[in-house]
Amino acid sequence: MWITIANIGWVLSAALLLWMLYDWFRVDTSYSEATLTSSREGEIEGVQESHKV
Amino acid sequence: MSNATASAADTVKKVSLLRILGPGHVWALGVGIVLVGEYTGWNFAVDKGGTLAALIICWVIGLLYTSVAMIDSEVTSTVAAAGGQYAQAKHIVGPLMAFNVALYLVFAYTMLEVSNAILIADTVKAYAGDGFSDWHYKGIIAIVIVGLAALNYRGVLMTLNVNFVITAIAYLAIIVLFFSVQPWSQGTILKLNEMVTPENALPYGWIGVIAAFHWGIWFYLGIEGTTQAAEEVRSPSRSLPYGTMAGMITLLIGASLTWYICASLMPWQYLGFTYYPLLDAGKLTGSALLENMMFTATILAALASANGCINDAARAWFSLGRDRYLPPWFSAVHPVYRTPYRSIIFLVPIALAFAFIANLGQAITFSILSGVLHYTFMSVNIMMFRNKWPLGTIQRGYTHPFHPLPAIILLALCVVTYFAIFLGYGAQLTAMVVFYIIMSLWFHFYRYRYVKRGDQFTMPWPKPRGY
Repeated sequence: MWITIANIGWVLSAALLLWMLYDWFRVDTSYSEATLTSSREGEIEGVQESHKV
Repeated sequence: MSNATASAADTVKKVSLLRILGPGHVWALGVGIVLVGEYTGWNFAVDKGGTLAALIICWVIGLLYTSVAMIDSEVTSTVAAAGGQYAQAKHIVGPLMAFNVALYLVFAYTMLEVSNAILIADTVKAYAGDGFSDWHYKGIIAIVIVGLAALNYRGVLMTLNVNFVITAIAYLAIIVLFFSVQPWSQGTILKLNEMVTPENALPYGWIGVIAAFHWGIWFYLGIEGTTQAAEEVRSPSRSLPYGTMAGMITLLIGASLTWYICASLMPWQYLGFTYYPLLDAGKLTGSALLENMMFTATILAALASANGCINDAARAWFSLGRDRYLPPWFSAVHPVYRTPYRSIIFLVPIALAFAFIANLGQAITFSILSGVLHYTFMSVNIMMFRNKWPLGTIQRGYTHPFHPLPAIILLALCVVTYFAIFLGYGAQLTAMVVFYIIMSLWFHFYRYRYVKRGDQFTMPWPKPRGY
């Protein structure tokens, strides 16, 4: 049983790796680099953490 | 998925990590990373100093990690950003310290992920029988690392929901095992008085207890990883202290139960040698049901740990990119899944390479070394934090008691642990320190010119005292 699971593991790993690479390519070609790297530390903090602690 | 991507492209102008987690997820992240330490690793402390040394270490190192959890909770409830201790170091100590701390984090978590993948493959191999070749062994490693990376890629909520479930099952397995061996009736199944005697409790004396610090770290290594979720929890000032402290209480109970079960069933010579103390304890009960339960729980604990490690290492790497400490290309956030997808994918081949060539002992040691360097920083960090921004000058979600005692205890225990690691792995300790010195020089003389110096400090704090 474990031998079969290990073989399936290789196939699944390859499939998941290909899916991530495909999705990565799609995202990188669909959005600008400025959008993808627009996250800034602390930006959300100012809005959502304004409550008194 | 394609429709979701296309529609998101029209509307999303700025993308950031998603604030969606609660205290339960923080608990799942912290305990999930650590719990595998009860299933393997801690017991090598028995080999260093005997069964009683492992119990002493369990509680003394528990003190170290309680200090870590308290200090971390205070600082992180104030500096709530992905990268955790990296963001803390950046604001409190300075950029060079922050760069090193981020490297400690990435190394500690990536090596821990590697250790978990190796552990799962070793466990499966032990049960697989003939015909399970190196190809199959590596197939198990590959699906663990790539499968969990894909889960992390797909979203943090699902990742930590999965972690919550599998961590809870693995923890409950310890509780079930504990009650199954009738702890109220010594002599029926458990034989603590036969296994631990005055003659063999501390076979190498107190120097053995010191040496056992090295592996005792494994009881709790990684609980500080809860802070990496700071930017994705709905209320960091509430969720992080709750999740971290609840995780620490969970682990202290789990570690004590684990020691009691294993020390009562196995002689110290075997307990210090085996890779599967809890699985072996399940076997020694003679119940096939308990053995199968502990086999499953061992794999689930290692999966939960690897899963949390991928989450944390990717966020530390992502934070380095966001501040241009590394190329900003790494700071990309997936516009649909809202995860640091490039950092997650980038670390996959590194983890695979180490998992295919390293052995479990080396991977664990590299992880422990990076962890201890990190804890040393934390003790200095909290003292600087309290000096620069005393109580009352900024809002804190949690204020830890007895300052500076926890910081002093933490620093003292870190020094003892360095000595313990030096006793067994002096060459690795030296190599690791040299590596961090070289990386620091690279950062100082080359990389820091690319950093936008004003942009990296984001907390709306008043000017520190004395500046």
